[in-house]
Amino acid sequence: MSLLPETTVAVLWVGLTAYVLFGGADFGGGVWDLLAGGTERGRGQRTLVEHSIGPVWEANHVWLIFVVVMMWTGIPAVFAAIASTLYIPLTLVALGIIARGAAFAFRKASTELWQQRLFGATFAFSSLVTPYFLGAVAGGIASGRVPAGIAEGDLVSSWVNPTSAATGALAVGVAAYLAAVYLTRDAQRQGDHALAETFRRRALITGVIVGALSLAGIFVLRADAPDLYVALTSGRALPLLVVSIVSGVASLLLLWWRAYLAVRLTAALAVTGLLWGWGVGQYPYLLPGVTLEEAAATEAVLGATLVSLAVGAVLLIPSLWWLYATFQRGHHEEFGTEERGSRAG
Amino acid sequence: MDSEVLAAAASPIDLLAARTQMALSLGWHIIIACFGVGMPAITLLAEWRGNRTGEVAYQLLARRWARAMGVLFAVGAVSGTILSFEMGLLWPGLMGTFGQVIGLPFALEGIAFFIEAIFLGLYLYAWDRMPPRLHMLTGIPIVIAGVASAFFVVTANAWMNQPTGFELEQGRVVAVEPWAAMFNPATPPQTVHMILAAFMVAGFGMASVYAFAMLRGRRDRYHRLGFLIPFTVAAAITPVQIGVGDWAAHFVASNQPVKLAAMEGVFATERQVPLHIGGVAIDGIMRYALEIPYGLSLLAHWDPNARILGLEEVPPSQWPPVNITHWAFQIMVAIGLALLVLGVWMLWVWRRRRAIPESRWFLRAAVLAGPAAAVALEAGWTTTEVGRQPWTVYGILRTAEAVNPAPGLVYGFLLVAAVYLVLTVATVYVLRRLARSTPVPTAPQERDVTDYPVV
Repeated sequence: MSLLPETTVAVLWVGLTAYVLFGGADFGGGVWDLLAGGTERGRGQRTLVEHSIGPVWEANHVWLIFVVVMMWTGIPAVFAAIASTLYIPLTLVALGIIARGAAFAFRKASTELWQQRLFGATFAFSSLVTPYFLGAVAGGIASGRVPAGIAEGDLVSSWVNPTSAATGALAVGVAAYLAAVYLTRDAQRQGDHALAETFRRRALITGVIVGALSLAGIFVLRADAPDLYVALTSGRALPLLVVSIVSGVASLLLLWWRAYLAVRLTAALAVTGLLWGWGVGQYPYLLPGVTLEEAAATEAVLGATLVSLAVGAVLLIPSLWWLYATFQRGHHEEFGTEERGSRAG
Repeated sequence: MDSEVLAAAASPIDLLAARTQMALSLGWHIIIACFGVGMPAITLLAEWRGNRTGEVAYQLLARRWARAMGVLFAVGAVSGTILSFEMGLLWPGLMGTFGQVIGLPFALEGIAFFIEAIFLGLYLYAWDRMPPRLHMLTGIPIVIAGVASAFFVVTANAWMNQPTGFELEQGRVVAVEPWAAMFNPATPPQTVHMILAAFMVAGFGMASVYAFAMLRGRRDRYHRLGFLIPFTVAAAITPVQIGVGDWAAHFVASNQPVKLAAMEGVFATERQVPLHIGGVAIDGIMRYALEIPYGLSLLAHWDPNARILGLEEVPPSQWPPVNITHWAFQIMVAIGLALLVLGVWMLWVWRRRRAIPESRWFLRAAVLAGPAAAVALEAGWTTTEVGRQPWTVYGILRTAEAVNPAPGLVYGFLLVAAVYLVLTVATVYVLRRLARSTPVPTAPQERDVTDYPVV
């Protein structure tokens, strides 16, 4: 038996994880922008958010396109079933993505306060709404509400249900939590300790909330998606859930001790554990009664795609490293001031 | 919800809504994407001249354009994402069956787009952190990846016109040769035609901004260069594009005769077919058209006696909308030829006087050339997309079978249309502000760099 389908969905899941860890945090940045308070009081926070997201959000956003494309390439019938049944929340996600990305770029390009406020509010509000609907979509799939076939599921209850409500709230919480954790370190690096403290407090609070939401989510699954519940609490996926819980608790301790760099890793691990727990818990079923083997594309397609991605990764990984390294490092370290050419006076 | 209702095909209004929504979001994205493909190269050209000559005008232009690029790329990234969603939301019948056949080019496009996004981040935000030469080097992957993205995406569309590289058994794809599907027969003419079009739209579009300023009397070196660089690029490509367009039309003539018949308004299969210019198809007859004897036979097959297949070869249920296809094609060709004339005018005056023509009519035409190039682009896409109807996958899958049968698509369309209206107004407004705001910032996104010490 070939492992090409498994490899493909594993790669897809890596893409999804990267999107949640990087793109999710960009959404979370927007949530904190929303909660930053009035124009004057929130300026420091908003500037930090804008600066942290600015150079990287488009690259982070590509992970979502990657996930979508991998779905229709690797498991086309499952993609069609999900997209057609869940077309209402997915349309709302699409609109949220448009509003967020465009408003962010527009705010950067505008100079007057009322424009910055208008675009900023659009950016922040869509940052809150979009992850909710993405999470609700995940909940609909995880609770088996998307049957095989085109538009065979209920158009409303497939995403308005207990699991979707839990996963939607969890997605917003995770986004805000990751952003707070990352921003704490960003604020610390630029020497703004007051701002670092603000985000540390927020990371601690949202960390506790996300932990509670995850726990509540487990109980919702018990009632609403018993198969996944069993896999997560006593089956194959249990180790991943344990990793998630341990990392989550460790993150709170590290935040308490102000180990801002280390907490980035544990926070990411806590989220990764949840995502992979879901994936492993559901395997080999993608939709009710549809196994990966039945849904997978032909081997020729999977092979060609995986090889192309491997070649692409050789180009991408050093480029991504350069991007993050450039903006996580101060610009005085790279060149002497005289070499930096024109600076604004 | 009642599953029998869901199992039924989409209502005609929902099908129309889905098609209009796709046309709107694709037609919108494609203009932005053209700037994404064409603008980095033109900007790099200005930056390179600026670094070589040390002339401030070049450097300012490069920075001004980079700022606009930042906005356009963001808008292009999100409007492109919507399209990938809509492939599934609106056309699950296409993607569920054939998603894997056209998956490879999209995966490759994903990589190219990733590289574009990474290096655009570096190019825009690290401008003053890098020595000039290294900074220009970060621009080169943007150019290559932009062109590559356009290539990969258009191969998928070419496949819809010339579906190859797969075997169907009872509606299920059982074997795929992904590389054969990607390099289908329509790929060479369609991809080249599109990539050149992108440079024309970007070049004429950028030049028209400066032509407008020159009409207002701002004829200093900054504005003259701002006109000359993009205009020269676009005008130099125009004659090549007309040749490539001829190649693409020949391809359609031999491989998609029904589309050609609709483009030219030919109903009966005949030899010595005239070329119809203008005209309206009414009840299966082309009326009020200017006819050029033997024209179509000559153009399509280089032979005045060549036989042209008419629409009568297939039942009317397989005809594309003739008037839309015919007029879209004519508009594209007419604008292409007009742009050629404009370029020749410029070349003529430049060779004699080394200057941009002083005639206000030239500048007026140049202002118009930007929007006109975009109209030609849209008309070209209308020709290829509407001309393929009623098929989504030519000869294999009908559009009515590809659409999502779920009810209510029309409301989704209305919502999306409203959002795009707001997006259009906001994009134009912000770009106009960027074009007007003076003085030109010394580095794009400089607020990030200057107002914010990263260390």
